[in-house]
Amino acid sequence: MKQNQWLDHVILILGALFMIIPIWLIFASSTHNPNTIISEGLQWLPGGNFTSVYSEVWNKSIGFSTDVNAKSMIINSMIMGLGFAIGKIIISMMAAYALVYFRMPFASLWFWLIFVTLLLPLEVRIIPSYEVVANLGMLNSFSGLILPLIASATATFFFRQFFRTIPNELLEAAQLDNAGPVRFFIDILLPLSKTMIAAIFIIMFVVGWNQYLWPIMMTTDESYNTIVMGIKQLLSDISQSSQPRYDQAFALVIFAMLPPILVVIIFQRWFVKGLVETEK
Amino acid sequence: MLALKNLVKTYDNGHQAVKNISVDIKQGEFIVLVGPSGCGKSSILRSIAGLEPITSGEIQLNNRRIDTEKPATRDIAMVFQNYALYPHMTVYENLAYGLKNRGVDRDTIESKIEHVSKTLKIADYLDRKPAKLSGGQRQRVAMGRAIVRDPQLFLFDEPLSNLDASLRAHMRLEIKKLQRELAVTSVYVTHDQVEAMTLADRIIVLNQGVIEQVGTPAEVYHKPASTFVASFIGSPAMNFHPAEIVEGVINFEHQSVFLPEYAHLPTQKIQLGIRPEHALIEPSNTGLSFSLTVQAVEPLGPNQLVHGLVHDKVFTALTPELHFANKEVLTLNVASQYLHLFDSEGKRLIADTNVLAQAS
Repeated sequence: MKQNQWLDHVILILGALFMIIPIWLIFASSTHNPNTIISEGLQWLPGGNFTSVYSEVWNKSIGFSTDVNAKSMIINSMIMGLGFAIGKIIISMMAAYALVYFRMPFASLWFWLIFVTLLLPLEVRIIPSYEVVANLGMLNSFSGLILPLIASATATFFFRQFFRTIPNELLEAAQLDNAGPVRFFIDILLPLSKTMIAAIFIIMFVVGWNQYLWPIMMTTDESYNTIVMGIKQLLSDISQSSQPRYDQAFALVIFAMLPPILVVIIFQRWFVKGLVETEK
Repeated sequence: MLALKNLVKTYDNGHQAVKNISVDIKQGEFIVLVGPSGCGKSSILRSIAGLEPITSGEIQLNNRRIDTEKPATRDIAMVFQNYALYPHMTVYENLAYGLKNRGVDRDTIESKIEHVSKTLKIADYLDRKPAKLSGGQRQRVAMGRAIVRDPQLFLFDEPLSNLDASLRAHMRLEIKKLQRELAVTSVYVTHDQVEAMTLADRIIVLNQGVIEQVGTPAEVYHKPASTFVASFIGSPAMNFHPAEIVEGVINFEHQSVFLPEYAHLPTQKIQLGIRPEHALIEPSNTGLSFSLTVQAVEPLGPNQLVHGLVHDKVFTALTPELHFANKEVLTLNVASQYLHLFDSEGKRLIADTNVLAQAS
């Protein structure tokens, strides 16, 4: 038993190091002079340029024609991530509510229709999607970035499965308590789904944050650049430059990682707390 | 008060769960619907609550037709088998929810809940969530949620089946006391015949969607209307043995006994029913005696069940604690008033009460 625990910990620690070391290398290197990185490679220990590099990346436009910096790109990514996560949760919860609690004709057919859209990833339908968004005049807008991708088969499926585990007697008790469909949804279903919402929020926020292909297709205006696009932009800049600013690129990578990490940490706590507390 | 008229419930898959049932329930009565699983008792209860639509027939509550109304407007409260408390709400919020949704003002809700929580002794945990309560406490809260609304009718859907045995006996008594105190008409569904016997003013025994018998617990026990009721009510179940009646003389294997109250019946094959607790070792003046070959003894504490064979058919008797060897042959005696006679279709044969009156 003891032996096993010891082994488990070794495996865990190795795994954690494997994940953390690259990030640490990037962070430590980003605080060095770009010349040090070029001549000596990645650095294990932090250097002295932390404040200057990070404030420069945060405030100054790097490699863009207009005034686009890490701050504006993070705001754009935030709008994408939050819009994705919140929108997907609202739409898929309502879809799942309809699928589970209303006696629709061909309910299971509708469900399978939604479900099979999982088989068609964005990349497959990106041309027609672009066509639709362009015809609607939504290119270069946040609604064009978010709305076309807001329906989520995955989230609908998760919510459907979750609603089906809620005992039917709860619905019946609510019916006797004079709660109509809207009240039941808001008063009973929504609070019970808290942990599920937290889980979906984590997943969908990260998915939205990491979108690359979609914003590149839908926006040409640099002011809509997300931070993931920004990294790419900076990297191609670096390859053409005579004095590549690897420190700035690394700092931008660190900036790009922070919000998803925060979201995971905050919601994971809520998620675990909910799992421990609710008892059905 | 509550009247079911020709109630029929057919499910989409064609299964007819309730077949043309009519019952009249009086004000303040405690009615228990009892039967094996699949007998339609839950369907009846859920139809009354409005959780399931009925196929045909009518349900009236205080001369008001309710089967066309929504569950919430029927003025009915229900206690569910798994309590169905809202897990994210405190006990107080659980009790208040139905009132709040009916637009009752805050002060009235508070005074009602205060009153109910005192009656049910749940005042101490009004701010707890259901998950932090024991089974018995949850049960009380579920009852409280029903009581707080002052409905015209209570429905209970096997509310005690999730409790352990000792708590079940305790809650059974509490439900009975509470129902007497509140004097609200109640319909209670259970498959447990002990619950049915102890709680009911009248029992409705159901089998495959049909009423087998409606009667007080004593009637159902002492005068079961059919072999089904006889075997369902009473534990252990009644023994049945084939016999024959000829002009009031019952021939049971090689014994016979004359029962004048059955003399009016034509000669026929019958089923003789004997409850285990009425087959005694002590000799009896009237009635039947027969021998039982002991096969197994199950001690119950105060008494014991003796399983054996009577003329190659299984028979169970309830005897005081005595030692019987295996294969020992006992003589059992049954007084004539404890002999139940059923015809070949399982219907009870009716005694001629005039003869009984003359005899006594």
